[in-house]
Amino acid sequence: MAYKFDFGAIVPHWQLLFDGVILTTELTVIGAVVGVGLGIMGAWARASRAPVISQIVGVYVELIRNTPFLVQLFFIFFGLPALGVKLTEFQAAVLAMIVNLGAYSTEIIRAGILAIPQGQIEAAQSLAMNRVQIFRYVVILPALKKIWPALSSQIVIVMLGSSVCSQIAAEELTFGANYIQALNFRAFEVYFVVTGLYLVMSILLRMGLKVLGNFLFERRRHV
Amino acid sequence: MSLVELHAIHKSFGELEVLKGIDLSIDEGQVIALIGKSGSGKSTLLRTINGLEVIDDGVIIVDGKKISDRDADLLGLRLQVGMVFQQFNLFPHYTALENVMLSPQVVKKQSKAEAKQIAEEMLAKVGLADKMMHYPDQLSGGQQQRVAIARALAMKPKVLLCDEVTSALDPELVNEVLAVVRQLAEEGMTLVMVTHEMRFAREVCDKLVFMHQGRIHETGDPETVFANPKTPELASFVGGLA
Amino acid sequence: MSEFSLWDIVYNLLLAARWTVLLSLTAFVLGGLVGLLLLMVRTAGNPWVIRLVRGYVELFQGTPLLMQLFIVFFGLPLIGLDVSPWVAATLGLTLFTSAFLTEIWRGCVESIGKGQWEASASLGMNFTQQMRYIVLPQALRIAVPPTVGFSVQVVKGTAVASIIGFVELTKAGTMITNATYEPFTVYGCVAVMYFLICYPLSLFARHLEGKFRHVAR
Repeated sequence: MAYKFDFGAIVPHWQLLFDGVILTTELTVIGAVVGVGLGIMGAWARASRAPVISQIVGVYVELIRNTPFLVQLFFIFFGLPALGVKLTEFQAAVLAMIVNLGAYSTEIIRAGILAIPQGQIEAAQSLAMNRVQIFRYVVILPALKKIWPALSSQIVIVMLGSSVCSQIAAEELTFGANYIQALNFRAFEVYFVVTGLYLVMSILLRMGLKVLGNFLFERRRHV
Repeated sequence: MSLVELHAIHKSFGELEVLKGIDLSIDEGQVIALIGKSGSGKSTLLRTINGLEVIDDGVIIVDGKKISDRDADLLGLRLQVGMVFQQFNLFPHYTALENVMLSPQVVKKQSKAEAKQIAEEMLAKVGLADKMMHYPDQLSGGQQQRVAIARALAMKPKVLLCDEVTSALDPELVNEVLAVVRQLAEEGMTLVMVTHEMRFAREVCDKLVFMHQGRIHETGDPETVFANPKTPELASFVGGLA
Repeated sequence: MSEFSLWDIVYNLLLAARWTVLLSLTAFVLGGLVGLLLLMVRTAGNPWVIRLVRGYVELFQGTPLLMQLFIVFFGLPLIGLDVSPWVAATLGLTLFTSAFLTEIWRGCVESIGKGQWEASASLGMNFTQQMRYIVLPQALRIAVPPTVGFSVQVVKGTAVASIIGFVELTKAGTMITNATYEPFTVYGCVAVMYFLICYPLSLFARHLEGKFRHVAR
């Protein structure tokens, strides 16, 4: 073939990729922490006795799960200013990730809560715990433990999905790649390398979540 | 005045009426066994005393206070009435000690040191001082059930409800749990138990309550009930066991 | 400022939505075929083939769909194939879909107990016969709900194809926004249209799940 690959053409621009990796990591960490927090609240609301709140959360979950992340992102970044909500690229990207993960994790965590045996809740009730205490001390940790693998996968999906945030010029990893290929016209090489970076990041993220899970659900053995 | 009074308790599950007007009073220090065939309503009755089943009609009075189905009332009720379940229902993510400490700490707002002291005391009482740092799945069924008893006792309830506490246990583990219950009875704890251990009930209880088709069919002290059942249903129930 | 009425916006989006549907269907069908092929070679194959398929799955599940599309779009011209956004999007989404479906189906096949394989082997069936008559019919039942569920991911995935210039629903949304300066309305409509495509599929998947769970019991 006439084409000669030149991966060296990326080297001068490594700083852009490095910055992109940092920003993607920031987006993912904030998105994951707040998104899962939102999911815990959503799951709590779905399980609550107030049918109106439960239904509102249900609509939120279905709306997000049945529309593309890219469209959610565009709606937040381009659409919300019409309502007077003006966000920076980074804010819009992070908000979109939170809202997206919040919906998925609501469903995932809810499944974990539903898998808690009724006897656990009755035992807590018989010990005079109120609803909040039961949720906090008896339900949420075993529920999260049950669904941790599914939740981890979803967080990885959200991290990978953040690559489309380049479309609103949030300067994450894909944005860096787009920028470099516009400078050196080596699109394939750049995207090939960046794909590799994403692969490494997703493997590391998965490992990190596993370690975090072990830490959260570990037994402090004093035996 | 009785510690717990039940008046005209009615409870249905859908079309099925499980409790058809129950009147029962439980005096301080009394040890009562609810007996009867499965489906007679005895477990449901026990669960209503702890507010785990919401009654359709009737009145529950605990320590002179009428209990409604409001949350605050239910929590107040449960502070006075402890419960031990057939399936133990220990919290799997806490050690035996933490299981016992949890509620005194978060519900009664006791200090950690205080809760720990009571928990250790209760676990020692049920003979598990050496298993405090074990997780539920590291304990035998009998040990788990004894932790569950210690957990209920740590709340210092006025009444302890025991719902078939030995039914889920292997036969060789039944006695260690019954020994603990017997000890509580001897110490003067007010106990209401649903049980199939008739010999145990006969030896330990002050009063037997025989339930049949959602009603209290016959009550009396154990000797009389076993020796001279008044109704044919109780006679056949007692006879079937012998 | 804008001579576009709401109806104009909706009408133009509907036209573009046809491409979303077409791309989804193509990727889903082709991806399903490739996924089935991968499943067969993986189930029958030697350790190296298994490792290869596993690597393929991990590659597609561990990288962004956008990168996959970029590599196809910018990579194929390098080996002399000039591809349109339509071809690149179809190919990229097909590979993406095949990786996910083959993984979903692997789980279903593995859930068929060893006893079924042994029993059919003891009847003298070869691998193809075992698959054809014993394993697949059982696995299919379990596989239908998650497969339908995944179709929602494919539809949503087609939105990413807008970035390589394929004019489907999302891209049309961007173009109309640029003409009307009404992003709130336009992207709102775009979202509603995706929802109208995806939500019935989600409901159907959930319905099947309930139904098959019932049958299994």
